[in-house]
Amino acid sequence: MERRWGGDYVFLFENLILKDFRIRYRNMSLGILWSLINPLVMMTVLSLIFGRVLPGGGDRRTYPVFVLCGLVPFNFFVGALMTGATSIVDNAGLIKRVLVPREVVPIAAVLSNCVHLLIQIALLLVLTLAFGLRPNVYWLWLPVIWSLYVAFVCGLALGSSAINVYIRDTRYVLESFTTVLFWLVPIFYSFSIIPQQYRDIYRFNPVSALVMAMRDILMDGVAPPGSLIRNLTIAASVALGLGLLIFRRLKPRFYEHI
Amino acid sequence: MPPALRFDHVTKTFVHHAGQMLLRERLIEMMRPSHKSRFEALKDVSFELAPGESLGLIGANGAGKSTILNLATGLAQPDHGSITVNGRVTALLELGAGFHPDLTGAENVRVNAAMMGMSRRQTVERFEEIVDFSGVREFINEPLRVYSAGMSMRLAFSVAIAADPELLLIDEVLGVGDQGFYARCLEKIRSFQAGGKTIVLASHSAELITMLCQKALWMDRGQVKMQGPAAEVVEAYRAKGA
Repeated sequence: MERRWGGDYVFLFENLILKDFRIRYRNMSLGILWSLINPLVMMTVLSLIFGRVLPGGGDRRTYPVFVLCGLVPFNFFVGALMTGATSIVDNAGLIKRVLVPREVVPIAAVLSNCVHLLIQIALLLVLTLAFGLRPNVYWLWLPVIWSLYVAFVCGLALGSSAINVYIRDTRYVLESFTTVLFWLVPIFYSFSIIPQQYRDIYRFNPVSALVMAMRDILMDGVAPPGSLIRNLTIAASVALGLGLLIFRRLKPRFYEHI
Repeated sequence: MPPALRFDHVTKTFVHHAGQMLLRERLIEMMRPSHKSRFEALKDVSFELAPGESLGLIGANGAGKSTILNLATGLAQPDHGSITVNGRVTALLELGAGFHPDLTGAENVRVNAAMMGMSRRQTVERFEEIVDFSGVREFINEPLRVYSAGMSMRLAFSVAIAADPELLLIDEVLGVGDQGFYARCLEKIRSFQAGGKTIVLASHSAELITMLCQKALWMDRGQVKMQGPAAEVVEAYRAKGA
């Protein structure tokens, strides 16, 4: 017997996302520039090391774009998953005192990260053009693959945020997991150097799937393969379905455990 | 007419778990399902409120007043018994719940209005009314952290009232306002009652309860000690407390 909440979901999401965004940037003198500086620094460091000192694949001239195609999806994954996973516990005041649909909290946490994501994608597109790559019709795939990817992360955030209420170590487990993930995603090296027997690890990992799709579209000017889109769709549906299932199971007792 | 709020033999227990929420404890729990000590916050509580009636909850700290309000809001589920609510509910359970210190008063009003279920249009239409009623217009574009407790309460109360609920639940927050605002709150609550809306109010102030409520419920260690007309219950409570 759950109480119905008769409000306006779009208005609610908009306000929660704006709230996060304002809180995060109000106390920073450089404000929104921080969204750009971090990936630019990482891109420069990785380009210097793996583009010049230890070349690991990709075209040397466009290597910064190559690296950024890996960093943007990876950074979004880590940022959105971590804020999502801790969102219920971090918003204990809301969960215990305000009747707002609980699912909204982790999803809004992931969506607030999309504000930075959009800024970083814009940066990536500008750099793509600056490095002499041309826009092509396959750019139209970008909203599709990113929507699937965001849905996938929302699913993970729903599940992990609910589990984190009962087992507070969840966030540390996730932190270790993302550290390992950094090496299992072709960020600074190319998928083509992966030996055949290990390729499935990459093909079925949605984070690397997105990195590869970004490179197909932006750098090679081809459509991402159908199998990749299919895997991404399956990953998003399974994550969302499972995440919602776990969340619904656990949420009636959030109040007692926060 | 269906009741606005009805508690039917409601029992609610909490487990004492000493705040341990780590993997280790979960694993130990799985291996040795122990019978943890439980604390009964509510024992077999029943009452019913018709639309337009107001109920005052009275009793010592820890008697179960807040648990009743939290269950009525729908934040937690009862272990036994059932709770029926008819109509939109707004709750004012804690000073500044849902407010963020780094946002301005105006931004907090919008976030809170959205959470209380107001639409974009309603929020825009009622914004001036909210600010006027709160009396903090001068500070509305300042971050909430510069507000005094009284000012945040005024803003929170104004948003809750503007959400125009059919059932309003208030937990002990009115006390921090100054005399002027207090008088306006009482007036607002009265006009709210006159409009057929239902109110449940938890307070230590016997005076406030006799002033605003027709009915009262005296809670004692999770149980209903007495319920009936506010004046009678409050008098019995005072006689006992003195």
